[in-house]
Amino acid sequence: MASPLHQFEVTPLVPIHIGGVDLSFTNSSAFMVAAVGAAALFFIYGSKGRALVPGRWQSLAELTYEFVAGMVRENVGQEGRKYFPAVLSLFCFILFCNLLGLLPYSFTVTSHIIVTFALAFTAFIGVTLVGIMRHGLHFFSLFVPSGVSPVLLPLLIPIEIVSYLSRPVSLSVRLFANMMAGHTMMKVFASFILPLGVFGIAPFAIDVVLTGFEFGIAIIQAYIFTVLTCLYLHDAVHLH
Amino acid sequence: MPQLNIAMFPTQLFWLAVCFVALYLLVSYVIVPRLGSVLDERQRRIDDNLERATELKAEAETAIAVYEKALNEARSKAQETLREKTAAMQAEAEARSRSLGEKLAAEIKAGEARVAAAKEAAIQGVRGLAAEVAGDLASRLTAGAVDGAKASTAVDSVMGSR
Repeated sequence: MASPLHQFEVTPLVPIHIGGVDLSFTNSSAFMVAAVGAAALFFIYGSKGRALVPGRWQSLAELTYEFVAGMVRENVGQEGRKYFPAVLSLFCFILFCNLLGLLPYSFTVTSHIIVTFALAFTAFIGVTLVGIMRHGLHFFSLFVPSGVSPVLLPLLIPIEIVSYLSRPVSLSVRLFANMMAGHTMMKVFASFILPLGVFGIAPFAIDVVLTGFEFGIAIIQAYIFTVLTCLYLHDAVHLH
Repeated sequence: MPQLNIAMFPTQLFWLAVCFVALYLLVSYVIVPRLGSVLDERQRRIDDNLERATELKAEAETAIAVYEKALNEARSKAQETLREKTAAMQAEAEARSRSLGEKLAAEIKAGEARVAAAKEAAIQGVRGLAAEVAGDLASRLTAGAVDGAKASTAVDSVMGSR
């Protein structure tokens, strides 16, 4: 019986080595490409008709678009408009990676800490750059809490800096842990189904419930990742 | 735990970068303009229709106001005309009744004059007759002619004393 962690194994499909670095096209790469393809198909097929009264696919595409647009508008404000494509890409990438990972025998790209950390770190660096470009050195006033007595500042500023620096970590660990835990749990229950014989119906039922649950988590985690990025963007744009 | 297999980090980072950049370019140059234009177009249509509806409503309200104004004007004009006509008719009626009254008064006066003349004439006739009768009676009683003038004077003196 395969280990519950076997599903997270990255296996090369097309070995590519450039300058001694392994850049092989793996199952992970394949699912990243599939996620991008699915997202592109979803939106392009959804906006194919450009109908005034949208059909089903167009409604879904518009709903997703408006959902992310509303998220940016509410959390960042009017200045957030130019960051909207980046936020939408982030949301779609995570969402489609999460959802594709739910297919049986598939690979979940976002169950790897390196991937979620790279996404979170990119968002973090991007947000910090936006803040510095907008406010210059004044951006660092973000670390000075307002309305606090100066005596406490030597204590509070390091705390603020640590909490700021821990943003990409918490962002990436949250997504990675959720995806990995959910998929491991499903696999653990699934591995009980056959050995238990007739009573395998119980873990099977649990897995059915968990599958529905995992769909919710796939969507919610994509949402949380994106909305937190928006909140960080708000901090960078407005400084508190 | 396969997630901690550092040997597989470069490929994941590389393909993540490739895929994410591809998705970002696709989103910012194809998806957002396409969906954005569809949504903008719809919003524009809705706004246009709302604007047109507001305009039509305003027009309808103006039309109602104009109609009511016209109605009020017509009503007040009708009342004015009615009042004018009533006044004119009253004036005419008064004038007529006044002229009729004058005419009647004149006729009454003329009639009275005629009555007075007739009375005078009658009295004159009676006097003449009385003088004649008196003269005739006197001549018959005295068996002599009586001077007509004398008789007339005598009658006059009798009538005048009455």
